[in-house]
Amino acid sequence: MRRLRWLLGLIIIILIFAVIFFYPIPSLLEWQSEFLHHAFLVLFFSALLCLWRLFRGPTPADRAVAVDILGILVLGFCGLLGIQTGRDWYIDIGIAWALQSFISTLALAKYLEGRNFDE
Amino acid sequence: MRKSQIILFLLAFLVWSFLTWPLDLQHLIVGIFICGFVSFVTGDMFIKRPHMFKHISRYLWFLYYIPLLIRECIKANIDVAYRVIHPDLPINPGIVKVKTTLKSDTALTFLANSITLTPGTMSVDIDEENGFLYIHWIEVKDKDIQKATEIIVKIFEDVLRRIFE
Amino acid sequence: MNEILGMIFIVIGLAFDFLGCLGLIRLPDLYNRLQASTKSVTLGTCGILFGLFLFKGFTAAGLKAILCILFILLTAPVSAHALARGAHKSGVKLWGKSVCDKYDEDKNALSKTT
Repeated sequence: MRRLRWLLGLIIIILIFAVIFFYPIPSLLEWQSEFLHHAFLVLFFSALLCLWRLFRGPTPADRAVAVDILGILVLGFCGLLGIQTGRDWYIDIGIAWALQSFISTLALAKYLEGRNFDE
Repeated sequence: MRKSQIILFLLAFLVWSFLTWPLDLQHLIVGIFICGFVSFVTGDMFIKRPHMFKHISRYLWFLYYIPLLIRECIKANIDVAYRVIHPDLPINPGIVKVKTTLKSDTALTFLANSITLTPGTMSVDIDEENGFLYIHWIEVKDKDIQKATEIIVKIFEDVLRRIFE
Repeated sequence: MNEILGMIFIVIGLAFDFLGCLGLIRLPDLYNRLQASTKSVTLGTCGILFGLFLFKGFTAAGLKAILCILFILLTAPVSAHALARGAHKSGVKLWGKSVCDKYDEDKNALSKTT
């Protein structure tokens, strides 16, 4: 049963990667190179997996973990956009986002611990 | 000005000049004012023992620590990738307790961070008074305190003692 | 040449990012998920940002990417540590097949004496 589920998941993932790499998905932005377009789509797919955990997570702590991981993934998005558009301020957004997500994760952890914020 | 404030000013100014890289007179003047203010207000909070910045051997040991950390980090990622892909999920998790002899805050922080980035281990809590670390281990090889300490902590403890203590 | 090296780093980073998120789905309990995803996603994002540094060279964006890498390497383990501690204190149990939980034992012993 377990092997069957694993095989099913593998087939689904291979199908999604095949769609990403061989079928030209139209995009909203003008992409300079095909490579960056595919990289962006792969990162988007892994962010969707994170959102699945955010949707399903049985406890609040699981959701907090998913939010933390999403905050680090956004930095990757900022890096790819910085390469693609050639504008430097995307990486500024990345730095600000990293600071913000670090502080918000600490606040969530403190809330989970059951303490007040001024302690 | 005390020594710790001057060191903090230099560090803050380095980060500021990285952030506004094409060096410009306006940026430099604003940076000097802001870094001076910040280091004047929060000088004593971050650097408690400024005399330690003089020893050159500490910097050399830090240069040795960086490739060690990168090697362990890559090993950890390959390990995690193997465990995630394998159909049977070969994990055997548990929380174990290890002992450390490091005392200062900076050294303990770096030890906990490097334990989190090494293969299969993640620090859950620190008991500072007795020097115990609680570590979540994805593949428990030994529940005993001594043996777990030898496997997990030993790689970094000597190097970190030479850097931060 | 630099661009090809940057592309290789970006591909490695993307692979580790994807595996980390897959671990977030597949592994059974919170602590294992946190472990796998923190390690993989940290190194993966560092790979992408290092690829950006190789693309751009020593310009403003490249140096900021290096700063960003240092910042992630310092903060991601700290936030994982805080989340694990908070989750354990809020009562999230370990996976059923776990071997031992010394932290729980010590916490119970402490609460009995006080």
